[in-house]
This record gives sequence, C-alpha cells and structure tokens, in this order.
Amino acid sequence: MAEIVAVIASTHHPFYYKASTATGDDRPPFADEWVAKIEAFRETLTRARPDVLVMVGSDHFHQLWLDNMPQFLVGKAPFYDANFHNEEREFGLPKMLLKGNEELSAYVLREGLDAGFDLAFSNELRIDHSITCPIITLRPEADLPIVPIYTNIFAPPLPQPKRFVQLGKSIREIIESWPGNQRVAVIGTGHLSLELGGPRQFGDHGPDPEFDRRAVEWISSGDLDGCLSQVSLDSLHLPGNATHGFMDFMLMMGVAGENAKADYVDTLDLFHTMEAYFTWYPHGSPAERIEIVQ
Amino acid sequence: MSKYLIDKFLFTVDRDPELVERYREDPVGTVGWWEAEQANRLLNCITAENTTWLRFEEPERQALAEHDYVRLFELGAHPFLTLTLFIAMFERDHGPLEYQREYGARMAHFSLPYPDIAT
Repeated sequence: MAEIVAVIASTHHPFYYKASTATGDDRPPFADEWVAKIEAFRETLTRARPDVLVMVGSDHFHQLWLDNMPQFLVGKAPFYDANFHNEEREFGLPKMLLKGNEELSAYVLREGLDAGFDLAFSNELRIDHSITCPIITLRPEADLPIVPIYTNIFAPPLPQPKRFVQLGKSIREIIESWPGNQRVAVIGTGHLSLELGGPRQFGDHGPDPEFDRRAVEWISSGDLDGCLSQVSLDSLHLPGNATHGFMDFMLMMGVAGENAKADYVDTLDLFHTMEAYFTWYPHGSPAERIEIVQ
Repeated sequence: MSKYLIDKFLFTVDRDPELVERYREDPVGTVGWWEAEQANRLLNCITAENTTWLRFEEPERQALAEHDYVRLFELGAHPFLTLTLFIAMFERDHGPLEYQREYGARMAHFSLPYPDIAT
C-alpha cells in the first residue's frame, strides 16, 4: 500500500513569492528571516522523498463561483494550470503548470464517495495560490504530480469544522489503502486569524494573536478534542472575518491523527497575519529511520 | 436584498482587466451598463439562456456607483471580492499598504457581528 511519508500544514501567504525574490530597496526587512524559515520548512518535505503530493486548499472565487459552489472538490486531470490574473496582478505570482496523478484522484473520489463524502470533481481545474503557495515554498521545482482537493471555507453556508476533521481522517485512510508503494505527502494550507476587507485588516500583527497562540498549540499537539470543543462556525468570526480558513488546518489535524504531535513547528509573526508551519512524520522522522537502518 | 448580484458584479469586473479600468474611471456608467447588459448573463451559457429576474436594489446600485466600499461591507458584499477589486483600482494611487490601512480605518465603526455575507 501507499505510505504517507509526511503530513504538512501551513499558512499560504501570497506575498512570500514577491518578498523572497525582491532585491535592493524593494526587499522588505523581514524577507531574509522569512526565507530562512521557509527553507528549513522545505527540508522537512524534501527529506521525506515523496513521489506524489495531495494538496488541500481553497479556491478564492477564481474558478468556483456562487452559481455552482461545491463544498469539497477533488481535481482529476492530467495537468493543472495555475494562478489567476488577479493573483499575478496583486501578488506577482507566476503562471505555473503542474502534473496531476489521475489514478490517485480517481481512487480518492471513488473511496471518498463510498466513505460518505459526496465529493465534487473537476476535470479541468485551474488552481490558485492556496495550492501554488505551498508549491513555491515547499517544492519550488514543481516537479511532482499532485491531487488537488478544494474545500469551501469562503462562501457560506460552510460545512461544520468536524466535517473537515472527518474528511482529513478519511483522506488518510484512503491514501493508506491505495494499492502500490508510492510515497505520498499530504500538504494542506489555511489561515490562523485573518481579516480581509474589514476594520482589523493589515495591522501590525494578525487580528487575534491570542487565537493564533491557541491554534498553534492545538495543531502542534494534535489536540482535536480541545480544538473541536472551542471552534465553531460562529466562533471563527471572532478572531477575524476570514478565519474560517483555519478549518483547513483542522482537516490536516485529521490527516495527522488524534493527539499526533507535530515533528516540526515554526511560526513567524508578520504584519496582517501570523505564519505557521507544521510537519508530521506518521512513520517516524526520515532521519531517525535512516539511523535505524544503518 | 441581492447580495449575490453585488458579488457577481465584483467577481465579473475583477477578472476582466478592461472592466477594472472602466469601473475605476466611470463607476456610474459601468454599473448602469453592467446591470442592463451583464447582470443576467448566466456564466458559461448563451444569451438565449439569460436569467430573467436579477436586478440591484437602489442602495446596492448606489454603493457600487459611488465606489463606496464601506457601504458595500454594510450591505453584506463578500469582503474578499470588494477588497481585491478596490486594491486593483486604487492601490496604485497610494504608498505601500497605505490604501489597505486606510480601507481598514474607514471600517473602524463596525463591531462584531459583522454584516452577514451569506448569499
């Protein structure tokens, strides 16, 4: 069966690409520290030597629209073009082309449907920065085939937080039952507290540092019970009006497992929002395994 | 209330570079043209299959025609759509992050719960 060699949860900050490539006066003062943290985070994926990436993100009203809005959608295509005009315009993101793994997409769809998730699908999906940001930060070669999974954290009515956790748990079971010996990394991105288009946007820190502190604790300790007991669709309005993106972190906690402590945790306090990076190795750290083999 | 139609305006204008410029330069004319010609376009369908019932209410039409993002927030427009389009139109006239911070400051009188954005 396939093996999940890494589970990674991250914020997706669309300004990273521009900040990290800027030079001279255009380079923000926090860029060097940010790049160093991203390169260390990237190493946690590299050392896991994945063959295929299952990528969880959320379309930001790019291809998915209110006339036809899926709650959970799996891409099934041989290729995925990426990034939209307004992401190039606002964030300077490049156009990209990623390979797909249709076999795994089909498997996730079939098994997911049979497990009780009425997954939508797309055979022609242009993916946005919720998935390309982690490609840029974690696998800039963009050389591995992907299976994109989109969630609706954006257009109410939204699924309940527990549904994201349940889907995460099922994704793990499905991948681990996929016949073959592929090495799969599951990478999902969301937000901590975030405000967009409201009074608390673009402050010196994220809109709710206390929520961020608790969120990092929930994620890094795998405290699904604690998180689910304190997070609801209503409560997520309080830390910031775009904080429902935190539910993608909850989905990744579901993939990582109940009480699974993250093997790697890092954060970076930036203006507007806090960055947070987590990696789990479900079968032990790759370095430790090499030592055992030796 | 036609929050959906406000969002449809913001969504369809934002993704068309020419429309973004047209809305920046002539908001009244663009909103009038869009409501007459585009509001009922069912996306990805031929015009014979246009929708027949979508129209703005006057406060919505006025908020869009006046570039009034504070009023749009109050009316329940999706804040991501509003922010993205207005940054595209007006960030260029300001220093780094100046527009985004002014935008937030003009919202300072809103307290929780914010206006409902469900469509």
